[in-house]
Amino acid sequence: MLIFFVIPIGIVARMSVSDWGLFAGYRGVNVPENFSDVLDDRLFWPAVGFTVKYTLVTTVILLGLALGLALLVQESNRWTGFLRTSFLVPSALGLASASLLFYALYSPQSSPFGEVSFLGTPSSALWSTVALIVWRYSGFYMLLLLVGLQGIPGEIYEAARLDGAGRFQTFWHVTVPLIRSSLALCTILCVTGSLLAFDQFYILTKGGPDNSTITIVQLIYNMAFQGQNNLGRAAALSILVLFGLLVLNIAQFRGLRGKES
Amino acid sequence: MLRTPKFVLTGGLALLFLFPLAWASVASVSPQAGTRQIDGWGFGNYTTLAHYQAGIGQYLLNSAAVSLMTVAFTLAVSLLGGYAFANFTFPGKNVLFLVTLAILMVPYATLLIPLYVLLNQIGLQNSLIGLSLVLTMFQLPFATFLMRISFEAVPKDLAESAQVDGAGTFRTLWHVLVPAVKPGLITVGLFAFLAAWNDFITPLVLISDSTKLPLPLAVANMRQQVMGIVDYGATEAGVVVLALPCIVLFLALQRHYVRGFMSGALKG
Repeated sequence: MLIFFVIPIGIVARMSVSDWGLFAGYRGVNVPENFSDVLDDRLFWPAVGFTVKYTLVTTVILLGLALGLALLVQESNRWTGFLRTSFLVPSALGLASASLLFYALYSPQSSPFGEVSFLGTPSSALWSTVALIVWRYSGFYMLLLLVGLQGIPGEIYEAARLDGAGRFQTFWHVTVPLIRSSLALCTILCVTGSLLAFDQFYILTKGGPDNSTITIVQLIYNMAFQGQNNLGRAAALSILVLFGLLVLNIAQFRGLRGKES
Repeated sequence: MLRTPKFVLTGGLALLFLFPLAWASVASVSPQAGTRQIDGWGFGNYTTLAHYQAGIGQYLLNSAAVSLMTVAFTLAVSLLGGYAFANFTFPGKNVLFLVTLAILMVPYATLLIPLYVLLNQIGLQNSLIGLSLVLTMFQLPFATFLMRISFEAVPKDLAESAQVDGAGTFRTLWHVLVPAVKPGLITVGLFAFLAAWNDFITPLVLISDSTKLPLPLAVANMRQQVMGIVDYGATEAGVVVLALPCIVLFLALQRHYVRGFMSGALKG
């Protein structure tokens, strides 16, 4: 298993400093051109900007909604059991299947909403994709947060109530601090997952309209397999993403841990 | 008194989540221009799907083969790995386990290009076995983690008494411990199945032979057929075929899934 991970990282590092064509293979060293070509790619900065924007929007909406849902189905009874299942069913679907579903749902020819343009402008394409992701993932994050909520002993709520705390105060000063580690886990998963978004945009928008929804992973894919066929350059971008995520995740761990202690 | 609005509100929310699925199922059998099902209700779109290129049977078979192999590999390795981590002490055990968890943080999209090259070199390019191996690898960190927790939760006396009765390590593992960690195995298996059945980018990169495509890729490709005109009816039918096994399995195993997930997540 380790071999399977360590060797690929080694290969990607080597490729990132090589001139490596999709069909031609290794053709000599090509550094720092690989990296400077990536940075000079006219789609690089727009892709980074779009991916970051998408990540922020998705994380805020998704986790907010998931927390709301988790609070809603906190008690266990038959009705909340039904609700939980309804919220969770979409997460059994694959992201690709869900994207195909929404592709049909959004298309003017087959949409039940009539001639609304869901994917026609850059901002509507972004929001339509966020809606898909929220539908697909909120049940999953609800489940994670539910674990945190159910770890809070009932006496604490009782004590807060006796101290005269209102609903909102209890939520903000009791619930949120006590589910911080669950929230942290969700944030890290959601941020990492969104930064690596691919399927949903590949299927729904193909990066359009006007390349406005190209994500970083889509750019890696395009560099490697579509048009450019340049595995060396794609590997260079992969290495940049790898380092970016490493730094970001360490920072997130530190930040979220730090607040906890 | 307060309950009725709450029922209506939460029920509405639940319907909102179920609506896309219900719509796709209904739309796939309803009449629609530009599809094979032009007037009247029926399974015309499924006929389109059945005759698309290699035929849906082939793609279903590919997906089933990949999913079953992935589940089998994942269960076998995580069972032994989890058992080893939970029951034996060996040098570097903790470091190895930490590295396993660290792998969870490596973005897997960035590993696909070297894996593509690697599989080419060992002659497994464009093969379902190679695809299953890669999918298994991405399942293993979580699976091993969960199996370790499951094994650690089994009382030590159980294994010891079996050994006193004269059972060897492997017989103890097979006859005593495996039944005890069954819920963990079900969770791991379900996760591996859903991941393998649904994965999109891995076969997109690794499989180029159109008769070897798994179902999600085949349905996605199908949209671009017939002179750029998209057959939405067939797409909807494809989504139903893709989603049905996942939803049935999920509903059947939901209790295990939720429980296994909660125990794993709690300790993570």
